[in-house]
Amino acid sequence: MSERLLSFTEITFGYDRKKTPVLAGLDVSLAAGHTTAILGPNGAGKTTLLHLALGWLKPWQGDIRLAGKPIGAYPRRELGCWMALVPQGEHIPFEYSVLEYVLLGRAPHLPPLAMPAEKDYAAAFDALEMAGIAALADHSLLALSGGERQLVLAARALAQQPRLLLLDEPTAHLDLRNKSRLIGVIRDLKAQGVTILMTSHEPEVVLAVADDVLLIEQGRLLACGALDQALTAENLSRIYGLPVRVLPLDGRKQVVWV
Amino acid sequence: MGLGLLVVFLLSLLIGRYPAPGLIAWERLTGDELAQRLVLNLRLPRLLTALLLEMSLSAAGTVFQLLFNNPLVEPGFLGVSQGAALGAAFCIVFLGGSAWAVQGLAAISAFAGLGFSYLLARRIRYGGWVLRLVLAGIAVSALFSAGLGLLKYMADPLRQLPEITFWLLGGLASVTWPKILTTLPAILTGLLVMFLYRWRLNLLGLTEETVFSLGAAPGRERLLLIVAAVLPTAALISLAGMVGWVGLIVPHIARRLFGADARFALPAAMLLGGVFTILCDDLARTLLAGEIPLGILTSFLGAMVFLGSMILQGVRVQR
Repeated sequence: MSERLLSFTEITFGYDRKKTPVLAGLDVSLAAGHTTAILGPNGAGKTTLLHLALGWLKPWQGDIRLAGKPIGAYPRRELGCWMALVPQGEHIPFEYSVLEYVLLGRAPHLPPLAMPAEKDYAAAFDALEMAGIAALADHSLLALSGGERQLVLAARALAQQPRLLLLDEPTAHLDLRNKSRLIGVIRDLKAQGVTILMTSHEPEVVLAVADDVLLIEQGRLLACGALDQALTAENLSRIYGLPVRVLPLDGRKQVVWV
Repeated sequence: MGLGLLVVFLLSLLIGRYPAPGLIAWERLTGDELAQRLVLNLRLPRLLTALLLEMSLSAAGTVFQLLFNNPLVEPGFLGVSQGAALGAAFCIVFLGGSAWAVQGLAAISAFAGLGFSYLLARRIRYGGWVLRLVLAGIAVSALFSAGLGLLKYMADPLRQLPEITFWLLGGLASVTWPKILTTLPAILTGLLVMFLYRWRLNLLGLTEETVFSLGAAPGRERLLLIVAAVLPTAALISLAGMVGWVGLIVPHIARRLFGADARFALPAAMLLGGVFTILCDDLARTLLAGEIPLGILTSFLGAMVFLGSMILQGVRVQR
């Protein structure tokens, strides 16, 4: 068994104590260097799990450990150097340039009142390069398409140079070309040894990048494990409540649901 | 740009209606004792206040717009402006309205407005934190302005009502050295904190979990900046009355010229605001034989400059 980077032990969490918890008795851990995908229907608690991993939400019960140490014991800035989040979207009403926005990813690496220096600009350019959007550096964020914005969010997280990257439905607004670009980015990161935890509604993306999968159904873990064992027709049919088939095609698995 | 500000500042020292409308000649300044006293004791403190006033309002406006992720907020909206107005009117109607008391009570009630909005926002069970603060601010401002209306109604129409009205219009005529010096620490502290935070401010406008993921403390750091923005705003409103809505538009002009990154937009807003008010105040002093209330001029010219800069295309200064 490989080294565990992030582990959840008996996690129960909800947003309202008077209601049933969103996640209950969750026991799971992420292998260092692996890409793990969280699958589940809308409202199953996928994003909640990401926010717990981030340390932003605190569980009602249970223990979350990053590299063996409780996540609450890390100073915030250190956590910011450890992991980055790519949210589903970000509402920004001002005309930032793409570079200015990506540069914000350097914040945890800088003392509170410092300004970004040359090496931070270099890291931001590298991140733009890696996300394949270096040509957009001077463009206004407001002038970008939804898909390009998604890549900019990813680039901001890359500039953070995290060891653990949390992605919340990273391919949701992307066309096929950008989707394949983002899949390429995730594979590159994995090759660099970055551990990745992502949520997704797209089985083909999961099949393309994930080593392991977590299947969540109504706040409980249905299955977890290596892609081949856990991403089965039976499990997928159960969480989405409709007949899903997993078929081999050109030596690769394909998920078919219509 | 800093140079431009300095030139405007020095010229404005010399502009006025003594001994004749226009610039004071340099010989007179070195020879005439009255002219010296006029410049040092009346014009200098007044200009300094004008400068600080708009630097603070513009900086605070930039900070608020970023923190609330909303281009339509201004530093007074969390009950601060209306709080100050209510405090000043209360003092004029019930406490005799000596200048010091009006200033003190205005400052105190401005902060009370902020505190009240903040506490109320914590109790609202609806929406995210930003929306709650905005709603609380609107409610508190409305309550205070109702109170202000009541005070105006109760005020003696010959003596007190004009005084309230003039206070609300804003002006720098009554500014003296001791008044500025007492508020200076609050103003400078606020300005300094905002200035030092100028890059990190960009970050605090993002969604809370993103701010957290970038290693910052969204709640604590935002509160710190709100206080840093309100401190000088309250101090200056209490000193100069309601010099309206420059805090709303100067940040837009600064962003339009220098880009959204607060690292550049914040200092730019400070300088632009400073130049703008000094010029307005020059006009207020010299256009007519009497003085035009500053609030009228800043609103009028501000709206004109604002519209101009938004309508013209591609205005962008190389930084």
